Amino acid sequence: MSAVVEASHLTRRFGDTTAVDDISFSVQKNTIHGLLGRNGAGKTTLMQLLTGQDFATRGDIRVFGENPVENSGVLKNVCFIKESQRYPDDFKPRHVFTSAPWFFPNWDAAFADRLIADFRLPLNRRIKKLSRGQLSAIGVIVGLASRAPLTFFDEPYLGLDAVARQIFYDRLLEDYGDHPRTVILSTHLIDEVSNLLEHVLVIDEGRLLIDDDAETLRGSATTVVGTRQGVDAFVADREVLHRDGIGGLASVTVGRLSPQDRARASEMGLELSPVSLQQLVVRLTGGNQTETALEQSA
Amino acid sequence: MDDSRPIFVQIAELIENDIIAGALPEETQVPSTNEFAAFHRINPATAGKGVNVLVDDGILYKKRGIGMFVASGARDRLVAKRRDQFQNEFIAPLIVEAEKLGIDKTQVIDMIRKEGTA
Repeated sequence: MSAVVEASHLTRRFGDTTAVDDISFSVQKNTIHGLLGRNGAGKTTLMQLLTGQDFATRGDIRVFGENPVENSGVLKNVCFIKESQRYPDDFKPRHVFTSAPWFFPNWDAAFADRLIADFRLPLNRRIKKLSRGQLSAIGVIVGLASRAPLTFFDEPYLGLDAVARQIFYDRLLEDYGDHPRTVILSTHLIDEVSNLLEHVLVIDEGRLLIDDDAETLRGSATTVVGTRQGVDAFVADREVLHRDGIGGLASVTVGRLSPQDRARASEMGLELSPVSLQQLVVRLTGGNQTETALEQSA
Repeated sequence: MDDSRPIFVQIAELIENDIIAGALPEETQVPSTNEFAAFHRINPATAGKGVNVLVDDGILYKKRGIGMFVASGARDRLVAKRRDQFQNEFIAPLIVEAEKLGIDKTQVIDMIRKEGTA
């Protein structure tokens, strides 16, 4: 395994705000990474740092073993699809697709044409007149057809309908299978992409909360539901990620359970349910409003 | 795909089911990792992990440069394995639920008999 991206003690401050706070991680070659977190968590800033579009306040970045800033050797292998890409005023989609090969040496025009048909993108309408979803489709097509060894998608599908998003996931998987590359996908639609991801990074308030394999994260948390007494007895010596309750019933999310734990829970008449990646991220980054509300009412 | 178990385990089970049902006969080629990944909409590395579980178990074997094949005797071995698991996975929970509802074992056996003749 070799690392395509290595960040160590990366920090970016804007005045009083620390957007990226002492983050260290590496991204292995030819994996699909999910970069997850709430609005303002620092995802975009982190991607801007990794693509040489912003300067770190502190820390070190290696992309393909080199510093990405002003480094054309690195940047020609990187494609960064931004949430709100801007285009020149009189640009039409076809201008984007004719100029893309100048920046991306691996550009596949036939693949781009197929995607244009899939997304039903009008090529000769001014970009200003396109809908939000069509604008996102341009980004998705560029990101896929560029086949850059390192591709960043920053919330690529604002306004894309469910059919178009499914096309994006399907084409990404297909093409990734045939042309392996490293993909970093930032998204809020975690349930939709969780099965596509091999590795997951979760950041919150600029800090890295999770850096783990998607498979390891599955089953890393379980929700225990039952009578308040039973649940409290079961979770007594465990770290509680989230707590919720109504009347005499409690629902508590805890970490990984062993088969013995599961057997004990079922003997105690407690229901166990798995926590999806999306729920896990919500619980880890959502603060503890519910718990406070619960304490007040208790 | 359910959330409670690793996806690669579920992929391995799906392939096992196809072998047991005869949809993937012995000595035939199974779809490639990328085909499994695209079909089930999962990461190819995960699909590969599921396939590798079956290779390690001797259920599938690799023909270099061609692909994965179902080993001879795979179906019998899978059926034997599933029979061993039947008690734990189906009978034990059945008894627990029956006890919860106050259905005794004779009644359960009667129900099974009725189901069999229906």
